[in-house]
Amino acid sequence: MALSTRETAEGGPAQPAPRRSPDGPRRTRGEQPEAPGLNVFSHGFLALWALMIVFPLVWIVLGAFKTDREIGASAWSVPSNWALDAFQRGWEKGVGDYLLNTVIVMAFSIPLTMLLGAMAAYVLARYEFPGNRFVYYFFVAGAMFPVFLALVPLYFMVDRLGMLNTYQGLILVYIAYSLPFTVFFLHSFFRTLPTAVHEAAVIDGASHTRIFFQIMLPMAKPGLLSVGIFNILGQWNQYILPLTLMQQQTGTDPDRSVLAQGLVSIMQQQGYAGDLPALYAGMTIAMLPVLVVYLSFQRQVQSGLTAATLK
Amino acid sequence: MRQGKYPFILGFLVAPVGLYLVFVIWPYLQTIGYSFTDWSGQTQTFDFVGLDNYTRLFGDEVFHNALRNNLQFLVFVPVLTILLALFFAFMLNVGGRGGGGVQPVRGAGLYRIVFFFPQVLSIAILAILFQAVYRSDGAGLLNGILIAVGLGDPASPVEWLNSPDLVRWCLIMVLVWSGVGFYMVLFSAAMQSIPRDVFEAALLDGASRTQTFFRVTLPLLWDTVQTAWVFLAILAMDAFLLVSTLTPGQYGGGPDHNSEVLATYLMRNFNVFGQAGYACAIGVVMLVLTLLISVITLRATRRDRIEF
Repeated sequence: MALSTRETAEGGPAQPAPRRSPDGPRRTRGEQPEAPGLNVFSHGFLALWALMIVFPLVWIVLGAFKTDREIGASAWSVPSNWALDAFQRGWEKGVGDYLLNTVIVMAFSIPLTMLLGAMAAYVLARYEFPGNRFVYYFFVAGAMFPVFLALVPLYFMVDRLGMLNTYQGLILVYIAYSLPFTVFFLHSFFRTLPTAVHEAAVIDGASHTRIFFQIMLPMAKPGLLSVGIFNILGQWNQYILPLTLMQQQTGTDPDRSVLAQGLVSIMQQQGYAGDLPALYAGMTIAMLPVLVVYLSFQRQVQSGLTAATLK
Repeated sequence: MRQGKYPFILGFLVAPVGLYLVFVIWPYLQTIGYSFTDWSGQTQTFDFVGLDNYTRLFGDEVFHNALRNNLQFLVFVPVLTILLALFFAFMLNVGGRGGGGVQPVRGAGLYRIVFFFPQVLSIAILAILFQAVYRSDGAGLLNGILIAVGLGDPASPVEWLNSPDLVRWCLIMVLVWSGVGFYMVLFSAAMQSIPRDVFEAALLDGASRTQTFFRVTLPLLWDTVQTAWVFLAILAMDAFLLVSTLTPGQYGGGPDHNSEVLATYLMRNFNVFGQAGYACAIGVVMLVLTLLISVITLRATRRDRIEF
């Protein structure tokens, strides 16, 4: 809390609150005044927190335009030269390759996670069979455990399969570790879907597989969306699994680091003496696609993430 | 309908369950097995040593330290995040009053977008960002702010991450900073599913905002708060990347083990000290703790579900 009280002094509650509300459907009465005291109070805290989020991010992106000396001189230095060469250095230090590796892995791991997770969740949610509860709890239990616990044996397991530092190895591991949560989310979602449609399809003679792909999956779209987003964020942010599994095996083995892992290794290689602007530029490059996707889909991101949790 | 049911079930379960067994469950079980051995991690030979690793943990000062720090994280990260998130969610949704009803404050949508954003950032980005924010000279953002407002001394700036007292709070603040938005959106969605009449009835009955919050909102949100607590506790248990990248020392944990958490101590034992068996024992302790927290949270805070 110490941090926020200090920043109160700095940021000040007087920041003008953003006026246009993108989703203000309730404000049909026009611009009626709110109780002034309460208004200042709530807006003050809200604006302060918004500032605490935006300001450091803008500040560090600015750092990509500064020189090393400007960064080290003062927190308030202003870039003297708005050149993009730090971005080029960051890209060449590997950010471009890391980005590509991440995209390749996730292009496979996300759809497969969704497909396998939905299949398991559907069967567990809608079919009675011996061992159903056992398999369900077996999956759910996995969501509770820290990944660390499995790290050491997992390394040797992937090694034995000959998949260290390969895309397919990381893809399979990502799927396996995303399954518990995916199954848990989708299980509750499939349970809430009405049974009538399902029964009608059965009467019409549709096969189980067909019912799943043509009826239940489309009906579960909101649930799939929310878990999909959750998994995209989770796998995008994943650090410890690639750190363990995507190490170069020999000198000629290509560097297949994913983005988070690569950025941290750039960071650790340099310390204060290194090329901080390039690091900040690399970080900005890594942040931009996320920002664009987030701003374009923020409504789906937020409603998706929360919808299934509340079921 | 009956025929083909079991082949179908089996067909749908075999791939997910198989993957899950090979890459998740089996390694977990192996960890438990290794925790009873003196395996170094470098060779494939080891001896069974019974409970030696666990008895050693009892006398290990660094382990005690890590456990204490983890407990501090486990208490403060969920408490601060949930309190702030609830407060902001409440402000956003029913903070605006007047005009004869309860309504979201102006700009609620924009606040939501901004607050949520840290959640979509990779933890690596957070590490880079906060290393700059907590920089120990005057060029760090936090020191820069302190100096600018006259609270900091440019000659002796605060060494945030090198200070034995501050380092844990610095890390807790990073976790809270990045988590509040997500839980705010979560609580906010839960609040929107509460019928507006409930709030307006409270308003008509003359309830203040504080009363509305504690007597109406919070009880109706209890399930969501509970879920949030469990997720946050798991997050706080595993602060590995932040600690290992932000704090001094190999795999972090410095200064002098003041920010050591179980995860960093585990990794150091495995990768640096060559004590994989001992590392596995630490892993088992983490597992037991996580399970305990989940069970306690879900049991102790259970209340009757309120339907509306």
